[in-house]
Amino acid sequence: MIRTSALLALGAALTLTACSGSSDDAGSKAPLIVYSSRNEQLIKPVFDRYTQDTGQPIQFITGKEGPLLQRMRSEGQGSPADLLITVDAGNLWKAASDDLLRPAQSETLDDRIPAHLRDPESRWYGLSVRARTIIHSTERVDPESLSTYAALADPEWDDRLCLRTSQKVYNQSLVAMMISAQGEQAAEAVVRGWVNNLAAEPFSNDNAVMEAIVAGQCDVGIVNTYYFGRMQRTDPDIPLALFWPNQDSELGDIRGVHVNVSGAGIAASTDQFEAAQAFLEWLAGPEAQEILADGNLEYPANPTVPSDPLVKAWGDFVPNVINVSEAGKLQPDAVRLMERAGYH
Amino acid sequence: MAHRRRRRRLPAHPLALLIALPVAAALVTMLGALLRPDMEVWQFVGGTMLPQVVPTTLVLALATVLLATTIGVGCAWVTSLYDFPGRRWLTAALILPLAIPAYLLATVYIGWFDYAGPVASWLRDWFGPHAQLPPIRSVGGAALVLALALYPYVYLLARNAFLSQGRRALEVAASLGYGPVAGFLRIGLPLARPWIAGGALLVMMETLADFGAVSAFNVRTLTTAIYQSWFALFSIDGALALACVLVGIALVIATLERRQRRHQRFVGDAGMQATHRLALSGWRGWAASAGCGLVVIAGAIAPLAQLASWAWFHRADIDSRLIGFAGHSLLLAGMAAGLLTVVGLLLAWLLRQDGRRGTRMLGRLATAGYAIPGTVLAVALFVPLAGLSEWLSTTLSGWSSSTIRIALHAGLATLLLGYGARFLTVATHPIEGQLMRVSPAMEDVARSLGSSTWDMARRVHAPMIRGGLVTAAILVFVDVMKELPLTLMTRPYGWDTLAVRVFEMTAEGEWSRAAVPGVAIVLAGLIPVFWLVRGSEPHTRRHGAADNMTEWTDAHAA
Repeated sequence: MIRTSALLALGAALTLTACSGSSDDAGSKAPLIVYSSRNEQLIKPVFDRYTQDTGQPIQFITGKEGPLLQRMRSEGQGSPADLLITVDAGNLWKAASDDLLRPAQSETLDDRIPAHLRDPESRWYGLSVRARTIIHSTERVDPESLSTYAALADPEWDDRLCLRTSQKVYNQSLVAMMISAQGEQAAEAVVRGWVNNLAAEPFSNDNAVMEAIVAGQCDVGIVNTYYFGRMQRTDPDIPLALFWPNQDSELGDIRGVHVNVSGAGIAASTDQFEAAQAFLEWLAGPEAQEILADGNLEYPANPTVPSDPLVKAWGDFVPNVINVSEAGKLQPDAVRLMERAGYH
Repeated sequence: MAHRRRRRRLPAHPLALLIALPVAAALVTMLGALLRPDMEVWQFVGGTMLPQVVPTTLVLALATVLLATTIGVGCAWVTSLYDFPGRRWLTAALILPLAIPAYLLATVYIGWFDYAGPVASWLRDWFGPHAQLPPIRSVGGAALVLALALYPYVYLLARNAFLSQGRRALEVAASLGYGPVAGFLRIGLPLARPWIAGGALLVMMETLADFGAVSAFNVRTLTTAIYQSWFALFSIDGALALACVLVGIALVIATLERRQRRHQRFVGDAGMQATHRLALSGWRGWAASAGCGLVVIAGAIAPLAQLASWAWFHRADIDSRLIGFAGHSLLLAGMAAGLLTVVGLLLAWLLRQDGRRGTRMLGRLATAGYAIPGTVLAVALFVPLAGLSEWLSTTLSGWSSSTIRIALHAGLATLLLGYGARFLTVATHPIEGQLMRVSPAMEDVARSLGSSTWDMARRVHAPMIRGGLVTAAILVFVDVMKELPLTLMTRPYGWDTLAVRVFEMTAEGEWSRAAVPGVAIVLAGLIPVFWLVRGSEPHTRRHGAADNMTEWTDAHAA
């Protein structure tokens, strides 16, 4: 009985496989090949829409950022990739500095994406913005007592702070931004203060940080906004709120909420530059921006595109406008700094 | 009796070389990184990170191995030699945790036992705000969860040993006047040592290479240092160099394990005979049921229930595509299991028949891939392959070069090669263990009766190593079902598997949503596991060639 049903399941699966293999090659145009570290659930609807509108077929391979870049590098000029989509300015910066990306030549792109969210040499463009900000308990914390990321190092927050591990790139780029704006010494002092104030060992993800605040293990934390958005969607009354730090105009370079991007660039190995660039322009346009950013409760990189209503309800903020590629460049320094400061 | 019968029937060296080639290629890539030292990264890694992570790694590995061995051996002993309420059911169920990826188990346990989790909250509600559990996100917590996920390796291998010699061990123990506990400790355990050590070695290597579970616990090991230097410091050379350290440790451990059993010859009882189990009566029987039951609940049933409830919450994700992903997973796992069982048998046979030092070293090399973290192995294999395909397409540019490139890039060959490099040790160990039970005397007898090599393999060896082959196939199958980094990096277009789905969900931070494909991995993995487990149960008394042979040799030895 078990044997028969197992065989049946396998047979069914094989048939499905055989069918799915051929359907994507429809159409006369050569397919664009996308290497993506963003997941299929998120990007496939975007790609499908483009194929529907323009007849341009798209094939994609998803993967983890590091190995995906390494794959492109070892494939060299023979790589089938036409476009790279990935998260985090660090990875985009690395791809560009390893000559895996080719500069775009498009005024449309430069118009659609603000300067601090793209490579100064046009090798990649941010497609969605991820803000990393302060989150606090609405029961135990008065928002008036909050001001900057650095202020979380004050003794006032002793045993009240929860952080995600420094192994995650989001914290690395946050610290890299602090290094860029204020220098290593000041940044290290802040990180040491954070470590002193920790109420628990660093967590492996942002959700755990928020859950710890709700449970009362700590009162404040630092998270990416979309994680909070997802939590709010399932539980609108959750006793947590976002706070936009570093808004004071006298802060200089460090002014503004830390933002990172997900973005894309044209692969150096492409033999369909025009088609790849047209697709990239479309990705920066309103239609794709809405699906890409709002689908994950991120902020659209294109400022003319409205955010999701749930995101809009959190209010406006001044973002930090140091070019996000700085964060990539300084990431190794940030990692070393956090290690020295005992932030694991 | 002098045994000097090492005729070279197979060209051992070339074949062993061929089997070791993928791992060798990966190791060359990794060692190449040592020639391009990135001083800045090395200083940081060597000076700051290694002193912290190496002790943690060793403590974690030792604690995991100790726990997993205790659980695995204990359960194997009682289920193979005694009868107690629910034994048949528990025997099979004890394998279940094998189907659950360790990183999912880690997620579940952290969810339960961390400060914000239900258990700690309940304690605070009842005993006041200062009631606390020992922190789950610690080396101890990681060791506990890894042991729950990995003990089946020890269990399966030790069970093979106990089933084949345990009854004799019990008889001997009884004749020496030992009780059941003393008999187990002084006779049963020492006799099964090579099999237990084989299982413990698998647990050790898997722990050394684990990234998913330890990063969920935020425990920093050699593996996390490797990823840190690659992904955060952008130094792949630094990462590969660190991976060399890891492989070095694994090779040393593997060598020690082989050395400790080389001095001994463990010759087993006859083949798969029905074991007459002693019935445990009264509280002893129930204690055995409770002990094994607790392991099954903690390692499989409770976590599965949790995963299922998360999956139910995201039931909108359950669609027909899931069947396609499951199909890919099953197909890849099936192909790898078949392929690696054959290669593993070949290697085990070579290692037995060919005494040359070179062959032994190649054998050790071929099975070292298990200790290389999957992502590192994926890259270390992909780099030379991509180079080969570039070279081929430029050299043979006149001759449909794109066909070759597609064959290398898009074909399943790369992927299967990768599985081979990583999981060969899983296939080889159980088979090697069983082959050891075929005594040289039996081979001599068979040969003196005029059996050809092939005839002997078929009639003497095959019936005796069947259990080992089944174990090897199960282990590879389940490991490939769970495997992620190699699949992710080298799968051809359109070959997404369930594990890839789990990754895509967790990569976007949707942990509970990852439960949908996660549960599917477990369910899809369970069907073949049960199927195969039934085949490995020695429920029929058969008088095959091996049995007759043993009786014959026993009579003459006496």
